[in-house]
Amino acid sequence: MDIAAGLMHGFAVALAPANLLWCFVGVLLGTVVGILPGLGPPATIAMLLPLTALMNPAGAIIMLAGIYYGAKYGGSTTSILLNVPGESASVVTCIDGYQLARKGRAGAALGIAAIASFIAGTFGVLALMLVAPPLARLALAFSSPEYFALMALGLAMVVLLAGRSLVKALLAMLVGLWLAGIGTDAFTSTSRFTFGRMELLSGIDFVVVAIGVFAIGEVLANMEAREEPRALPVPKGLRNLMPTMQDMRDCRFAFANGSIIGFLIGVLPGAGSTIASFISYGVEKAFSRRRLQFGTGVIEGVAAPEGANNSETGGALVPLLTLGIPGSGTTAILLAALVLWGFKPGPLFISENPSMFWGLVASMYIGNVMLLVLNLPLVPLFAQVLRAPVYVLYPVIIGLSLVGVYSVSGSLFDLGLLAGFGLLGYVMRKLDYPSAPLILGLVLGGAMERALRQSLMMSEGSLTILVARPISAAMLACAALLLLIPFFARLNAWRLRAMEEENK
Amino acid sequence: MRWRSPDFWSGLALAALGGYIVVAARGWDYLTPDGPGPGFFPIWYGIVMLVLSLVLVFTSEKGQVADWRGAARAFAVWAAFAASLALMKALGFAISFAALTYFVVAVMYRRPPLVALATAAAIVGAFYLVFPLALGVTLP
Repeated sequence: MDIAAGLMHGFAVALAPANLLWCFVGVLLGTVVGILPGLGPPATIAMLLPLTALMNPAGAIIMLAGIYYGAKYGGSTTSILLNVPGESASVVTCIDGYQLARKGRAGAALGIAAIASFIAGTFGVLALMLVAPPLARLALAFSSPEYFALMALGLAMVVLLAGRSLVKALLAMLVGLWLAGIGTDAFTSTSRFTFGRMELLSGIDFVVVAIGVFAIGEVLANMEAREEPRALPVPKGLRNLMPTMQDMRDCRFAFANGSIIGFLIGVLPGAGSTIASFISYGVEKAFSRRRLQFGTGVIEGVAAPEGANNSETGGALVPLLTLGIPGSGTTAILLAALVLWGFKPGPLFISENPSMFWGLVASMYIGNVMLLVLNLPLVPLFAQVLRAPVYVLYPVIIGLSLVGVYSVSGSLFDLGLLAGFGLLGYVMRKLDYPSAPLILGLVLGGAMERALRQSLMMSEGSLTILVARPISAAMLACAALLLLIPFFARLNAWRLRAMEEENK
Repeated sequence: MRWRSPDFWSGLALAALGGYIVVAARGWDYLTPDGPGPGFFPIWYGIVMLVLSLVLVFTSEKGQVADWRGAARAFAVWAAFAASLALMKALGFAISFAALTYFVVAVMYRRPPLVALATAAAIVGAFYLVFPLALGVTLP
């Protein structure tokens, strides 16, 4: 199916009334989740994942993706009005966005964030549509050694997700690998790490870990503060939310910069939208004529990172849908969702499931338009979400987590595991262990072990098969190079600055 | 002193986990006639975990302390959450979850008992309306 025919087919899928409704529900939920500090897209998608088992898979992926990119629109609102990122990708927007709001230009900042998100988000979908099919065709030549090397490369990307300590990120990833190994070995039916519990023979459900670490862990971390932050007011009326023509002229380069950098960073597994927005902000500042004013409320300082974090979504879906490699916590949950519904993301995904892929692409075009409409005139309404009392919000999140886990297994044992993983997620935050590598290790662990064992069966036990094949050797070399990044001072300084901004 | 560092203790805990993984994996076949056995992969990541966690233990810095401000509130909520789960089998979802919500509203956020009671009743009621009634999803 060529691109034009695929896109036509995709619009036929996405414009079906039910899918249109799920797209709207997704972007609406995403906007609300993005606005709420302390509830991110990974937690929301993980909580809703079990409920999607009742849905048509095309509608379900359209809704979950809507939450993913919708949250990035919503995140800017909190950054601008509260100086607190609604979700991690919007952290850089706080720098100039909040200063603009303090100067009485909150409307222009919110408006330019929505417009930049729309332009770059649409660019990201366009690039996804053009890049993913040829990449999937290339990946058809992959066999077990290449898959093992690809997963090793994906896991090596944890150096980019690592906080100040690479060792801690690697340890978190290894714990994820161990969790993935719990249960019955698929090759020999040996039970591993089950502690004699029947409930663990089929392994630990990904949903339990994801909801525990992200949702419960996040709630516990947010419970530390008794006081609720106060937001700046939003100007009323669409006219007060529209940037001026001068603002638009000032942001021309920022729109292009955010779109291109966001997509390119997104394609790299592990880099993530926070790094994309940080680099885009840095590039904008470096090339701006008024670079010294950055940080005091410059409109391009909002447009560039907001554009980048939205364009990154399209990029992040490329390795997920063509290679089956997630690059972040959220895409790892989307991968788990696809597997839960019976799909196998990888080189054959697009050709075997054209309705899913092209329907998703078309829905993202539609979703971006919906988000622009929702986020320009209705932003004062969404800002009211920030006034929702947290003492109502947190029990609701805990309740949704319980229902989400129970609906997967119907087991009270899994609810106990949920409590355990919630505590683990909280302690990891306190001790500065990043949680995304744990989730990546958990998602990729089973497939990685399978690919390694199949490779060694092919070679009758010789590890040279992994380096004798050129694609596999190249990917393993890249993985080794990535692990050396912390030893290159300048590259590591960039990475650390991005991670520190995220942790603020 | 190094032993007060959180990295020291978390490193030790992970070293223990790595050691356990290696010991457990040694009990399974490393190689079988068909290829690598169930012990092959765990032994290797267990060894890497053991080594990295010992690196963390020995590189943990003196004077490094975790920021535990507010942690008591988080642990209290977690304990209440765990207790409500333990009681769920005996008391059912409605009562145990309502009790947890009451605790969060009245104790953690110091709202009046009536507000806490109303919030708990409203949330539990909403969950019953949305999940079993509207969506057909079973509650714990």
